[in-house]
Amino acid sequence: MARAWRGLRSILRQLIRRPLAFIGLLIVLGFILVAIFAPWIAPYEYDAILRGAARLPPSSEHLFGTDTLGRDVFSRVVYGSREILLIPSITTILSVTIGALIGLYIGYRGGWVDRVVSRVLDALLALPALLLALVMLATVGSSPVGIIIVIVLLYTPIVARVVRSSVLNLRTMGYVDAARLRGESLSYTLTQEILPGVLPALIVEAALRFSYAIFLTASLGFLGLGVQPPSPDWGRMVNEARDSFRLTPWAMWAPAAAIAVLIIGINLLSDGLRRIFRREGQMG
Amino acid sequence: MTNAVDVRGLTLEYRLQTGWVTALEDVSLSITAGQIHGLVGESGSGKTTLALAIMGYLPANARIAAGEILFGGHDLTKRTVDQLRELWGSEISLVPQDALAALNPSIRIGEQISEVARRQGKPRAEADALAVSMLTQVRIADAEDVARRYPHQLSGGMQQRVVIAMALVSRPRLLVLDEPTTSLDVTTQAAILDLVRDLIRANDTAALYVSHDLGLVSQLCDQVTVVYGGEVMASAPTRALFQRPLHPYTIGLIASRPRFTMDSETRLPTIDGVAPSLAERPRGCVFAGRCAAALDRCHAEKPPLETVEPGRTVKCHRWSEIAAGTLVLRQSHESAAVGGEPLPGHVLKANDLVKTFSQGGLLARRSAPVHALNEVSLNIRRRSTLGVVGESGSGKTTLARCIVALETADSGTLELLSIPLSLNLKQRDRSTLRSLQMIFQNPNDSLNPYHTVGHILTRTIQRLDPSAPRPDIQSRMLRLLEAVRLSPEYASRFPNELSGGERQRVGIARAFAADPALVIADEPTSALDVSVQSVVLNLLKDLRASKGVSYLFISHDLRAVAYLADWIIVMYLGQIIEVGNAAQVYLAPSHPYTEALLSALADVGDDVAQELIRLEGDPPSASHIPRGCPFHTRCPRRLGEICETVEPPWRDAGDDHFIRCHIPIDDLIRIQKDVPS
Repeated sequence: MARAWRGLRSILRQLIRRPLAFIGLLIVLGFILVAIFAPWIAPYEYDAILRGAARLPPSSEHLFGTDTLGRDVFSRVVYGSREILLIPSITTILSVTIGALIGLYIGYRGGWVDRVVSRVLDALLALPALLLALVMLATVGSSPVGIIIVIVLLYTPIVARVVRSSVLNLRTMGYVDAARLRGESLSYTLTQEILPGVLPALIVEAALRFSYAIFLTASLGFLGLGVQPPSPDWGRMVNEARDSFRLTPWAMWAPAAAIAVLIIGINLLSDGLRRIFRREGQMG
Repeated sequence: MTNAVDVRGLTLEYRLQTGWVTALEDVSLSITAGQIHGLVGESGSGKTTLALAIMGYLPANARIAAGEILFGGHDLTKRTVDQLRELWGSEISLVPQDALAALNPSIRIGEQISEVARRQGKPRAEADALAVSMLTQVRIADAEDVARRYPHQLSGGMQQRVVIAMALVSRPRLLVLDEPTTSLDVTTQAAILDLVRDLIRANDTAALYVSHDLGLVSQLCDQVTVVYGGEVMASAPTRALFQRPLHPYTIGLIASRPRFTMDSETRLPTIDGVAPSLAERPRGCVFAGRCAAALDRCHAEKPPLETVEPGRTVKCHRWSEIAAGTLVLRQSHESAAVGGEPLPGHVLKANDLVKTFSQGGLLARRSAPVHALNEVSLNIRRRSTLGVVGESGSGKTTLARCIVALETADSGTLELLSIPLSLNLKQRDRSTLRSLQMIFQNPNDSLNPYHTVGHILTRTIQRLDPSAPRPDIQSRMLRLLEAVRLSPEYASRFPNELSGGERQRVGIARAFAADPALVIADEPTSALDVSVQSVVLNLLKDLRASKGVSYLFISHDLRAVAYLADWIIVMYLGQIIEVGNAAQVYLAPSHPYTEALLSALADVGDDVAQELIRLEGDPPSASHIPRGCPFHTRCPRRLGEICETVEPPWRDAGDDHFIRCHIPIDDLIRIQKDVPS
């Protein structure tokens, strides 16, 4: 545990020293804070229709203006950060955990288990992500749980393959042989001997999955298969504002910019992490 | 004779995050045409940096702070990269360590050599013909055919020959060879060395041969320069350097090499300590921290590089005392701890172990199975060491892994202390695991980088000896560290904070965590620096005496085996071909293969003279083992058809010495007799 803390603190210190990665970290933390404190930050309820305030341009009262129905765009973007962070967080945690377990097991076991499971993963990877998500959500109906299941199904195989390839390198290490020679159990060998070596690649992959999950959630929202009204969803906000783009361009720009900034932030962060781990790998 | 290259007072610095550090300090060196100059040093000594600097080839973060490199009357340090590029590949060539990495995998061999010649302005047809003739010169049979192949279709030895051919195509005046044989087997290595020697003599080229292997350099080179911590410690004609070393470091290096004829009661002299890091160069002599003869003056004041006689320099305050014989460094071999004799009874018996690997399956094409072990039987006496000798592909590592059951043997039986032993690791109980432990080859990957040394050892004690009371475990762990001569602070360190030798000692401590009966050591010294190898070998010998353990000691290094082993088996292509005690195996009569192995290794430092025997070709692949005697394809003493068709019998050479050969023992003695012992 002490080792884990030391590692985390050293990673944070190095992130602070890299300006771009640090900006990424600030952006991501900023969005998380906004999501947590949304009711205090947003001046209005996200579904409050303000009388006589439709189609107002940005002003000090309405930072991002109002939409055609007279709802405060800023408040909706602020509340929308909850959905856009919550669903990708859950899918990332689930797909990384399940993918890591599968990758660890098949990579270590090898043999026919590995060959069969790998082919199944390949088959899942061959399906076009967005298309599969559309078809599945269209058939079972859209719900947060449905979206989460679809994204987890799409991303687990990718994580599993990344983990498996790291494990293939690590399982021939002398220390893994040494663990076998003292009769360690499978779960000990996987979690205590092999997992620490996989962790750097896994953390970078998790950050990457997170940003792709945001993309996918927003895309589904834009296509009308995301979170259903009236709760605000950045993707659907962009779509709804599309029709009145000439009248209220700010209603489309604001959520689109929010998506872009968040994803840039995550990518800067994950790029910084990757560089830090690569350097540690060289030193170790 | 004029010097082809003259390095004078070269100081080279690297820029690191912390600032400039000195990698080479005031280095001088000269090579005459037709001379092979050996450059010997341990890892981190700066030998490769120096070799590349002599070519004018510097990494982006290096600069030359002082000195000059004269080549053909010009100072290379003053040339631009474009001017240097004119020289590289024409006047100066490099033979790199990793031949496969140096060859373009997607271009045919002949084309790659011809390209170099065309760069010299030769027309296409002439260059192509020259490529084939160069391949013939490096003794490749079927040069025309090989020229049409791709690098991956050649064996390691062949690839190295191709790279040498490529380096010599332009008839360079200087050839730099950077450990070109390190990754090759000893018999292949010997053939490449012969080739390099002949070609350099024939072409009157000056050559710089970089190596960590003192023995190898002594076989090949006319002059040897020893570098340590980025400085020249000594330079001398080879014979003089070996017979009358003047520098304490050279003396230590030479003395710490095990000899073939060494009795089992001796210990190797060692060089204690570790090399200083570049960032913390000592003010005085760089070697003073590890020198047995260091005085206060040595720590305070850097000795000058003095000329002893023409062609011989030394950098030591006390060389004249050493030369005069008034200062004698501990050169004699001390006695090992007593009580090291083998006991009656066997710790391990293996009978007819067979292991075959097959690849592919499920849609993939099944390739021919690899016969790694072919009915191997052996016995290990209690408190003794059985040495296993063989080149890569001989099955020695598979043998070790089958005994500890990291691989499950296909068939055969194992007995540990007269109790039958399962071939499958999962079916072995804790007391079996406890009695059979292993020391791994590569200390860099045998310790988990995320666990502390203390955790690695306590975990092993807990697993193998669960009845141990908790409070005792910590003290047992500290006793283990003490047994491998590491101080208690090491318990809280992570493996990347240790040197290679220290890591290997932790690996040894782990193998001894729960009083094993048999420890299997798979090449435990091959990844270590020369000065550290002897420390590890001594430690293994001491532990055998104090813990009463037996070893199965696997190595391609016949010297290390000679030092530690009571009995030796020689393996070739998954079969045992000779069994005997150390003296029997290393002296006539020997199996012709053993004879060739010994001949490939004998050098100036040895007291045993050997007939020069070189094997032709490469070992056959273990997926197509030749019929009859597996060695007949390369055997210089082949009798005839019988060797190709009939499996050779075991012949008794007396006193439990057995040789598997068609040649009768008396004949073997006669043909090998011109070897004075």
